[in-house]
Amino acid sequence: MVDKSILGLFKDPDSTADAVDSLRKAGFGNHTFDILSGVPYPEGTFGEHGPGHKLFVFPLIGAICGFSVALLLTLGTQVSFPMVQGGKPLIAIPPMMVIMYEGTMLGAILFTVLGVLFESRLPRPGVGLYDTRITEGFIGLLVSCPEEKIGAAEQALRGAGAEDIKTESASGGGR
Amino acid sequence: MQDRKVLTETQINSELLWFVFNKPTRFWVALTISGLLFLSGVTAFAIMVIFGLGVTGLTTIVPWAFMITNFVFWVGISHAGVMISAILRLTQAEWRRPVTRAAEVLTVFALATAAIFPLIHMGRTWRAYWVFPVDFARGIWPSVRSPLIWDPSAIFTYLTGSALFVYVALIPDLAIARDRTTGFSHKFYSALSLGWRGTPAQWRMQVLAGILLSGLILPVFVSVHSIVSWDFGMSLVPNWHATIFAPYFVIGAVHSGVSGVVTVMAGLRIFMKLENYITQDHFDALGRLLTVVATAWLYFFLLEIVYGFLTLETAETAVRELQILHYPYNIMFALIFINSYLIPVPLWLFKRVRRNIWLMFVTTIMVNVGMWLERFIIIVPGLLYRAPLTFVWGDYTPSVIEVTLVVASFGLVSFGFLLFSKVFPIIPIADQKEGQAIQEDIKIGRITVPAVIRE
Repeated sequence: MVDKSILGLFKDPDSTADAVDSLRKAGFGNHTFDILSGVPYPEGTFGEHGPGHKLFVFPLIGAICGFSVALLLTLGTQVSFPMVQGGKPLIAIPPMMVIMYEGTMLGAILFTVLGVLFESRLPRPGVGLYDTRITEGFIGLLVSCPEEKIGAAEQALRGAGAEDIKTESASGGGR
Repeated sequence: MQDRKVLTETQINSELLWFVFNKPTRFWVALTISGLLFLSGVTAFAIMVIFGLGVTGLTTIVPWAFMITNFVFWVGISHAGVMISAILRLTQAEWRRPVTRAAEVLTVFALATAAIFPLIHMGRTWRAYWVFPVDFARGIWPSVRSPLIWDPSAIFTYLTGSALFVYVALIPDLAIARDRTTGFSHKFYSALSLGWRGTPAQWRMQVLAGILLSGLILPVFVSVHSIVSWDFGMSLVPNWHATIFAPYFVIGAVHSGVSGVVTVMAGLRIFMKLENYITQDHFDALGRLLTVVATAWLYFFLLEIVYGFLTLETAETAVRELQILHYPYNIMFALIFINSYLIPVPLWLFKRVRRNIWLMFVTTIMVNVGMWLERFIIIVPGLLYRAPLTFVWGDYTPSVIEVTLVVASFGLVSFGFLLFSKVFPIIPIADQKEGQAIQEDIKIGRITVPAVIRE
């Protein structure tokens, strides 16, 4: 069965946290709702459980990839064009390290950005059920559940003092 | 930071997006002027391409001059932007909020402009790809032993990292712009905001991205200017062949870069009327930082001269003599010291000066005039040294083409910066809102002070 969404808009973090408690009491699991805000509130403000993440693995993988590519490039160019300079060894490690360092950092930066996007679940097509007032100071509580439970979700949201409630059909799932 | 103003989220949105959604005349005037300056540079470059490097004042004796000076200058300016932003993010300094984006954007445009100059200077710009190991057909590969190959790799890394740093931090603000637009603008901001909704997981990633990318970019920032200094330090030219160059260039970059950030902040405050966000406290803090940085720079500046004389080598002392005693380099030498230290630093010791926007604007411009000359006086007199038995002595006079290219570079950076601030909010909106959300006035004894509530 396809889940439907309902969005409650709250004026402050306290009533949003109350709504989260009400939803839990009504039997909604943590994975069925999400909070949308225009400000980064401290973790746990709404009593939400922060999902785990693996962001720190990304720069590590990126650094290894960048280092490897830079090593191959610097070694490869010297071997492909064997030009002895100043009687020094053909494979000059100190200057290779400069480029390998930059390659390592570039790989780490690129993979960090990829990791941030992946862990943020971005990009996503459209914003789904949303309200532009969220970036004006309102806090949205988005519940996704089977259609028969929408009523219970709405009741929990209203009970906690939602200023406004939008459903998928009413808003067309857009902004 | 005592200048705390309580602002609502709606007010922050409308004030910081005002410049994006409106078309003030002063913006178009500034954009036109900077655009024309940039176009003059494009024309000068076209003339150079058609007639060759002979239209410049460059000779076989002085093959590096104005363009390379300008390259080093803009790399220097680009440094403090991300450095300030990264250090302030890592230390979670509260006053960072209005400063970070302008500093990062200055980095991106200054670095992009810097990267153009070696390409122009090459003469045969269309062969720039030879520095990359891509030309399989020729069978000639770049020499990794050359600092001229290290340079592109460092600048490419720094430019890519800085641009991504700006973009990642911009995503929440793009979503705010998306929510306030219709039609094409809405589609544009929707595409760039990637479907951002502001879930706790997304905010958490924003915070972590700021810390991680800051930590990664800071070492790159140090490496880039060190590598730029090795363009000179790895050569055998007297005055260039110095082990002190890497830290000297880095501290010089920080001095000119932080000054550049202050100039831009003052310009933004005056030009975009951002008094509610860029306060006198910011200039006070940056002025204190500049005092320390300038003094550190002075130490290296003097040390470099002492090292020159310490060797008692004819070539080294001859270059110092040229720099300090011979016209016009002696005038430039004096101007470097006067502009970059003697006038600004004693002034910055006074709180009244540090909190005066116009004085900070003027003194930081003075610093950068001095810092541009500093790069020039490192590069040209070193090459003008009259080597014995060579009989290829000469002088250097910049041509109109070179002067135009240098002036155009200022136009290009201003043009890019202005265009960015027209399309995107130049002060981080979400960051500003967070600052409001976690601040509270608390009463201690007889006074009320702003306090920050943090985990």
